[in-house]
Amino acid sequence: MPVSVKNSEVLFAALKSAGITLLSALPETWLVHVMQMAENDPDITLIRLNKEEEGVGISAGAHLAGRKSAMLMQNHGLLTSVNGIVSVAQLYRIPLLMVISYRGEMGERDPWQTEGGRVTEPLLQSLGIIYRKLSDPAAVAYEVRQAQTLAESSLRPVALLLTRELMWEE
Amino acid sequence: MLRADALKSIYPRLKSQVVVTIMGAVAVELYNLGHQPNFFYLEHGMGLASSMGLGLAVSLPKEKVTVLDGDGSVLMNLGSLSTLARYRPPNLTHWIFDNESLLSVGGFPTATGTGTDLAGIAEKAGAEHVALADTVEAAEQAFAEASDRNGLSIIVSKVEAIGPPSFAMDITLLENRFEFARHIQGLVS
Repeated sequence: MPVSVKNSEVLFAALKSAGITLLSALPETWLVHVMQMAENDPDITLIRLNKEEEGVGISAGAHLAGRKSAMLMQNHGLLTSVNGIVSVAQLYRIPLLMVISYRGEMGERDPWQTEGGRVTEPLLQSLGIIYRKLSDPAAVAYEVRQAQTLAESSLRPVALLLTRELMWEE
Repeated sequence: MLRADALKSIYPRLKSQVVVTIMGAVAVELYNLGHQPNFFYLEHGMGLASSMGLGLAVSLPKEKVTVLDGDGSVLMNLGSLSTLARYRPPNLTHWIFDNESLLSVGGFPTATGTGTDLAGIAEKAGAEHVALADTVEAAEQAFAEASDRNGLSIIVSKVEAIGPPSFAMDITLLENRFEFARHIQGLVS
């Protein structure tokens, strides 16, 4: 499976150095290594979800308890989380950091991913969620830190889209 | 049993816990007993109160966390019962008041009125401690037990589909949210 182990390590290290100690996630091909790293790290609490929207509630609870967290999910997980994002994270001003694998973008071979890819950025824009696409591993630590900073100062969700260029080696 | 009577019986214990309620009648009835800075009323995001409770419980291992939930909300996020049972935070009590109705939005019947058994679902999801409490005495006892034990507790209570006369609460959503976070900050520092 040509998911980049090296760049998964870069991303995981960036999340840790941003002070994140709780990750909620649903398995997704591009995220398998990051999830495994989280599972193996005693300093990280990994909560495996049944559906991504649960992660919004978990992160909201963690934030109100003073703990930094992030959601790891595919862009279809973002689609299924929209009500939680709007009516918990945005309504209650939760600095929700969402790290999203951006399937269905340029180079996607799986037909079933393509509709989600088409609507991901327009959806984030219509929700007023500021986002960045991550493709250069050298910029990942910086971008994660910047996203975390904006989430906390604005008390709003912020999204990072993990591109094929970053996550896939072929 | 009236949910309001059950809440009244456990209110003294709730005052020393971190509490999350769902929207509508549950929130108002707890608020009417006397608002505390450790009470958070989730006024939307239906289904996610239990997920919030999980996030709070794993982040505050020294505090007792209680979620006051309802059948409509739990049915909307049934997977959460399975996630709670999977991670079973020992300091979490998840109480489901089942009035077989979406009371706060007009009283439409839910699936628990036609046979869906939430306690059974919780048990089969893997929760090790599921209590039924359909009287005020049983509710008080079940909550005392849940508060004293070290393990995830789920309580299911059948209650009448009767809510408060008014849904007015003199606290804004964000006031509640920031007061609650500030209070917790004081607990952990």
